[in-house]
Amino acid sequence: MSVALPAGAVSAHLNRKARWRPIEIVFWLAIVALIFAVPSRALLINEILLAGLFALSLDLVLGYAGIVSLGQAAFFGVGAYGAGILANAGLTEPILGLVIASLIAGALGLATAPLLLRGSDLTRLMVTLGISLLLGEVANANAWATGGTDGLSIALKPVLGLFPIDFNGQRNAALYSLIVLFILFMVARRLVQSPFGLSIHAIRENRLRSGALGVSASARLVAIYGIAAAYAGAAGALVAQTTGLVSLDVFDFHRSADVLLMLIIGGVGYLYGGLIGAAFFIALRDGVSSATPEYWEFWIGLPLVVLVLVGRDRIGAFFAKAIATRGASLIGGGAA
Amino acid sequence: MLTILFDGVAYGMLLFVLACGLSVTLGLMNFVNLAHGAFAMAGGYAAAVLMNRYGVPFLATLPAAFAFSAVLGVILERTLYRRLYGASRLDQVLFTIGLVFMAMPIANYFLGDQPRPVRVPAFLSGRFEFAGIGIGVYRLFIIAVCGAIAGALQSFLIGTRFGAQLRPAVDDRRVASGLGIDVDRLFAITFAVGCGLAGLGGALAADIVGGIDPSFPVKFMVSFLIVVAIGGSNGILGALLGALLLGVLDVAGKYYVPSIGAFIIYAVMVATLIIRPHGLLSRGSGR
Repeated sequence: MSVALPAGAVSAHLNRKARWRPIEIVFWLAIVALIFAVPSRALLINEILLAGLFALSLDLVLGYAGIVSLGQAAFFGVGAYGAGILANAGLTEPILGLVIASLIAGALGLATAPLLLRGSDLTRLMVTLGISLLLGEVANANAWATGGTDGLSIALKPVLGLFPIDFNGQRNAALYSLIVLFILFMVARRLVQSPFGLSIHAIRENRLRSGALGVSASARLVAIYGIAAAYAGAAGALVAQTTGLVSLDVFDFHRSADVLLMLIIGGVGYLYGGLIGAAFFIALRDGVSSATPEYWEFWIGLPLVVLVLVGRDRIGAFFAKAIATRGASLIGGGAA
Repeated sequence: MLTILFDGVAYGMLLFVLACGLSVTLGLMNFVNLAHGAFAMAGGYAAAVLMNRYGVPFLATLPAAFAFSAVLGVILERTLYRRLYGASRLDQVLFTIGLVFMAMPIANYFLGDQPRPVRVPAFLSGRFEFAGIGIGVYRLFIIAVCGAIAGALQSFLIGTRFGAQLRPAVDDRRVASGLGIDVDRLFAITFAVGCGLAGLGGALAADIVGGIDPSFPVKFMVSFLIVVAIGGSNGILGALLGALLLGVLDVAGKYYVPSIGAFIIYAVMVATLIIRPHGLLSRGSGR
């Protein structure tokens, strides 16, 4: 066998990676079972699912494209206000509202992405953070559309005309969120395994070399950032639709920070990290904040500090011994 | 009009003292310290507790605030921060966000969630008119103190042996330590001075922001970062420029167009970074 692998071996390896593993099927079925088993906690499950979708959008940006962002809340907020304003303008069909709101967020992502191609990591952190804070001020100033500090409350038609997702239909709301999350997850899963996704991976690993191979880094990074923005917008729109409320805090800094923490807790760069991290983060916050309502932040901060000091890649490698070297390079590479 | 300019300059000077430590750790030592505000909060609390519980006069609490934050900074630098100098930006962001999350409940636990005032003595309060400008005595005091600090820092970095050792240590750590410069010690001292200045700034700011409370590190973190991002990594001068710009724009914006609030400063920051991704005065930009 020569040093270069035959093309057949490469595609066989990629196909093997793309195949569904039993644990993944169990994972999704378990969520469905959970919603039916404990309908009383449907509200919490819904929150976790939507936080997971939000974290998934950040994973596309950070884990796959390697762009450090502190402003993913910008797109989340645009999605939420988009869905809210559409509903109040008379478009009370949830699915159509969701699609339009996500597309608006995605368009904003495409429009702002070129700003992220220059400068250092610090520049990117500040530009992303600045854009989300700017949008928060815009929403605050245009109270005629956004309700200002009072926020918006919205009422929607049932999904498909059959399933109400208001406060009396929390189980429906969780199922609605789950179905949208599942569809978007499938698209993302396909996307990262496609030639496009693999080229994004190559850009993150070595931008200079991928450029030499004829991969246009800028256009691809803009594209993935736009897609991730649409995902964040979908998460925001779903939060607005299933809670019936939109308030100014959708643009807050803490939202961008929380989602970053969720993703880091769950692990960067394998799509499920965001979902697992969201479940862990919200369950932890829920548990700790009911035990010590004033000091819960401490118990979020402490594990985070320990996590970084011990080394995220080492913990990742510990959990995935079988793929230790690969896992470490993925998790470590997300920060490069 | 000129009164607003004056207030803006005073606010900017205050921001400078609060943020210049961050500018140094970030610009010179290349470390993203989002927990910088926690050191400012510690200094503010030190001043408030000394004054309210032990009756220490205002002017004596200022050096105490500096010393308290500097000692805290040196302890954390030696035990924790030091390990992360070579780490990725993401790790640094996560680590320091974690520290902020821990600092706020700790402050809340020991000192409660009510704002702690630092009262300004009578001879520093009040206002007078000078050439049609309304001048607050305390703001004038802030401008004088902070201006003196800025001048001292700049001449210290340019004119002393310490500064001459710090700059190469930042540019290339390995070569600098190969030349016999004790880089570890330099960084520890620099970090401590930056934290101390933040503490001093916290004590000075307490009266203007209505007391120190546990949410201080988060409320001002964004302002600090904007100062550094606008000013660029040129250390003292960049931070001074960024802070003055931010201070004047913020005060003027809130006075003339209160409805759009902080919109102006965020817009200016984003615009600055689009035109000059490394800030107004960045090292290596030929200035």
